[in-house]
Amino acid sequence: MIEVRNLKKSFGQQPILDGVSFQIEHGESVVIIGRSGGGKSVLLKHIIGLLQPDSGSVLIDDENIVGMNERQLLRVRQKFGMVFQGAALFDSMTVAENVAFAFRRQKKMTEGEIAKRVAFALELVDLPGTQNKNPAELSGGMRKRVGLARAIIYEPQIVLYDEPTTGLDPIVSDSIDKLIIRVRDHLKVTSVVVTHDMRSARRVGNHVLMLHNKKIYANCTPESLFASTDPVVRQFIDGVADPHGVQF
Amino acid sequence: MNFFGREWIADWLGGLGRITSLTRDAIASCLTFKVAWCDLLYQIYFIGIKSQSVVLVTGAFTGMVLAAQTYYQFHKIKMDTATLAVVSVSMCSELGPVLTALMVAGRVGAAIAAEIGTMRVTEQIDALRTLATHPVDYLVVPRLIAANIALPLLTIEAMFVGIAASYLIGVYLLGIDPAYAWWNMLKYSHDSDVLIGLVKSVVYGGIIALIGCYKGLTCKVGAEGVGRATTEAVVYASITILISNFFLTVTLEHLCVLLDL
Repeated sequence: MIEVRNLKKSFGQQPILDGVSFQIEHGESVVIIGRSGGGKSVLLKHIIGLLQPDSGSVLIDDENIVGMNERQLLRVRQKFGMVFQGAALFDSMTVAENVAFAFRRQKKMTEGEIAKRVAFALELVDLPGTQNKNPAELSGGMRKRVGLARAIIYEPQIVLYDEPTTGLDPIVSDSIDKLIIRVRDHLKVTSVVVTHDMRSARRVGNHVLMLHNKKIYANCTPESLFASTDPVVRQFIDGVADPHGVQF
Repeated sequence: MNFFGREWIADWLGGLGRITSLTRDAIASCLTFKVAWCDLLYQIYFIGIKSQSVVLVTGAFTGMVLAAQTYYQFHKIKMDTATLAVVSVSMCSELGPVLTALMVAGRVGAAIAAEIGTMRVTEQIDALRTLATHPVDYLVVPRLIAANIALPLLTIEAMFVGIAASYLIGVYLLGIDPAYAWWNMLKYSHDSDVLIGLVKSVVYGGIIALIGCYKGLTCKVGAEGVGRATTEAVVYASITILISNFFLTVTLEHLCVLLDL
C-alpha cells in the first residue's frame, strides 16, 4: 500500500506540492492527471524516494521512506519498477543488457536463466528478438516498451509510469495502454500512471487523482471524473485553454 | 561582505561538503569489495591504456626540454654531467606525476564528467536508483579504483620515457659524457624520489576520478549544464592537483627524512 500524507515540496522559492495526501491500495491502478508543470512527475519521484520532500511523509507498506538514506532506499525500491518519460535506457548497453541490468548486478542467476527471463519480458511487451539491438536503433515507442520490460522483469509489486504515452502517435499510445493493462492483469501489480492523455487515463485507471494548484483537487473513479460538472475538471478534460490566460 | 559574496562562500562550502560525502561513500563502498570486475577492467583500459599516447608524448618532450634547458644553464658553470641527475630527480618526484596527472585530468576527468552528466540529464542515474543500484557503487567506485591503479603505472611510464629521452638528447645531441651522466644520475636519484612520485600519482588519480564523478553527478540540466560540468571537472582537478602537489611535496619529503628513506 502507498500512503502520502501532507506532502510539501518547493524548488527554491517555487512551491510545487503543498499538502498532497492520498492512499493507493494494493492492486489498484491509479492515474495522476494535471497540467504540465503541475508537479505530477515530482509527486511520482517522491513515491519511489528519488526526491525528498520538505515536509510530510510517504509510507510504502506502512514504512515511512522520508528521511531514509540512499542505501536504505535501495531495499524499498526493490518493490518498485519505474518507466521513465524518455525511457532512460542505458545507451551504452544493448536491449538485453538493459533489461537484465539488475539481475547481472545481483549475480544470483545463471546467464541461461537471465536470458530466459529477458526473452519472456520482451515477449510480454511485444518486442521479441530485439535483444541485441542498441537503444539508438529503436523508435520512441519501442524504447518505452523496453523501459517497461526492464521495469517488470523483476516482478515488482508496484510499477510507476511517468507519462508513458507522451510524444507517441495515437496507435503506439494505444499499444502502450494495452501493455500497461496487460502487465497490471498478468503480474497483479499496483500501477501508478502519470499522464495528461485523457483517453489513456480513462482506459488504464480504476482511480484518478487530479493535481491542481499544488494539491489533490479530485480523487475519484474515471467515470465520475468524466461525468463531473466542476469547471476546473471540465476545462482539463475538454482541453479548453483559459480565455484569460492567453494574450496576443 | 555583500550578498553575492556570502552566497558564493555558502555554495563553495556546500560543494566541499558534498564532495567529502561522496568520497566517504566511495571509500566505504570500495571496502565492501563488491566492484564488478568487467567494469573495473574497462575503466583501467579507458583511463590507463587509452591515455598512453598523451602521457608518452608529454613525458618524452618534458624530459627533452628539461635536459636541454638544464644543460644550457649548467654548461656555464661547467656542470654538464649533472644535467641528467636533475632531470631524473625532477621527473621522478615532480614533473612525472604532476604532468601525467594534468594530462589525464584533461582527457579522463572531462570524459567522466561528460558521461555521468549526460546520464544524469537523461534520467539514466534515476533509472539506476530505481533498479536498486547505488550510483556510487556502479559509477564512482570502478572509476576511482581504476584511476588509482592506472595513474601510478602511467607515471612510471612518463618517468622512464622522460629520463630516456633526456639521456638521448644529453648524450647524443649535447655531447655529455655517458659514463659521468649515469654516475651522477644514480648518485643523486634515490628510491624515495620514485616513491614520492608514486604516492602523489595515487592521490592525483583519486582527485581526477572523484572530481570528474562529482561534477557529473551534480551537473545542471541541459547541454549547457553538461558542458559546464566538463569544463569545471578539468579546471578544478588541475587546480587541486597543483595545490596539493605543494603540500604533498613538503609532507612526503619530511616523512622521507624522518623515516630515513
